Amino acid sequence: MSWFSIHKSFTTLLAILIAISFSAGTVLASEPEGGHDPHGSAKFEPGSFIMDHIADSYDWHVATIGDFHLSLPLPIILISKEQGLKIFMSSKFHHGHETHSNFMLMMEGENKGKIVETLSTGEQVLPLDFSITKNVLAIFFSLGLLLWVFISIAKSYQRREGQAPKGMQSFLEPLIIFIRDDVAKASIGEKKYERYVPYLLTIFFFIFLNNLLGLVPILPGGANVTGNIAVTLVLALFTFGITTFSGNGAYWKHIFWPDVPSWLKVPIPLMPVVELIGVFTKPFVLMVRLFANITAGHIIALGFFSLIFIFGSMNIVAGYGISILSIAFTIFMTFLELLVAFIQAYVFTLLSALYFGMAVEEHH
Amino acid sequence: MGLVTPDYGLLFWMVLSFSIVLFVLGKFAWKPILKSLKDREESIEGALQSAEQAKVEMQLMQADNEKFIVEAKVERDNLIKEAREVKDNIIKEAKVQATVEANKLVETARERIQTEKAMALTEIKNQVTLLSVQIAEKILKRELADAKDQQKYIEEMLKEINMN
Repeated sequence: MSWFSIHKSFTTLLAILIAISFSAGTVLASEPEGGHDPHGSAKFEPGSFIMDHIADSYDWHVATIGDFHLSLPLPIILISKEQGLKIFMSSKFHHGHETHSNFMLMMEGENKGKIVETLSTGEQVLPLDFSITKNVLAIFFSLGLLLWVFISIAKSYQRREGQAPKGMQSFLEPLIIFIRDDVAKASIGEKKYERYVPYLLTIFFFIFLNNLLGLVPILPGGANVTGNIAVTLVLALFTFGITTFSGNGAYWKHIFWPDVPSWLKVPIPLMPVVELIGVFTKPFVLMVRLFANITAGHIIALGFFSLIFIFGSMNIVAGYGISILSIAFTIFMTFLELLVAFIQAYVFTLLSALYFGMAVEEHH
Repeated sequence: MGLVTPDYGLLFWMVLSFSIVLFVLGKFAWKPILKSLKDREESIEGALQSAEQAKVEMQLMQADNEKFIVEAKVERDNLIKEAREVKDNIIKEAKVQATVEANKLVETARERIQTEKAMALTEIKNQVTLLSVQIAEKILKRELADAKDQQKYIEEMLKEINMN
């Protein structure tokens, strides 16, 4: 697996340069085909072009050169009522051109991008889909990378006990201490923060790593993991679950019997209802914030590239002309996204820590 | 819209893999890392504290040293003073003793000289007596040969005695 050999000295600057050159390269290469529309309509549609890039997919697209699609096929795992468990590679579909044992990858319509099964009755249904999609593989990759990096630095901590950090250890130690001291200790309090530090560190590095990988458009990056609502939903659910389970008496009292004039609580429990809604809006906002920020960043970058083809379809000179401007803006956006990558990881972690802090706070 | 509808397949894999990784990282990465960080911080704090303590102790020792130096100086001065006194005493005593000894010697010498002198005088007296007797013998031998001269001589002698 070549993408596993990502070197540890892979610098951010290099990542940006590759990001820009490959984004441009991929898009330019697909131009004659008209975006990523496999049916070959010549009209360039920026909407579907952008959506295809930020959505999940059944194979990991690398480049399209002419009619040739260079992509990594991924396993498709389906549970069908008629055929039971079916596992096969996504290359069987030939990018939606072919049907495999009554399964079909829909390229348009209501179920666009989904796998549809045609039953023996001729009826079309959606089978249960647990495929290892591009985002799932990207999650596995990033989690594997996190395991490898942090278990190896844990080992160097044990090996070099009491000594100054070295290599990757010294690179990541400031971040670990930052999360521990300025996020966990500051938000949760001196006494109880220690239980939550492992979770906070894990979500911080998971979000930060995936935000950065999302900026790299080729394998193993390019998947829009933290810009996927399912991923942010899971992260927010973890925070919600931990908050709810660590809530103490003061926390629940604050929700169901807050310190407000009693007419706000009896006979209509106005404030308790508001507080209870707040319990659910907090993780919901966490979910939406991360998803929206990362997706928006991708949409803007892709939008700038779409400009090239919109102008290019009108006039070839205008297309090249606008490309300079587009690439300049995309470089700027990528720098901004690097900042956003850190800020969003930090904000998600900080807010999670604050919610835990509220849950364990003693009554004052 | 597909973008904001969570996909259950992805949700399933995410929950599964994230839970496993959270557990594994918590047990095999964060626990040892956080423990080492804490240990190191504590050891650094301990080292700083002991350094501070050592500094205070050093200052105390320095003060002690200064005290010792002052004491040693006083002691040295005293010793020198005492030594000088002892030296002076010894010299004084030696002088006294030397004087006494010298005086004694001088006295002894004088006594000896006196004795020697007395002896010498006695010797001389004896010699003179002897010589006188011899001379007298000779004279008598010669003079008595002539009666006249003898008469004359006796007269002269008597004269002399009378004058005295």
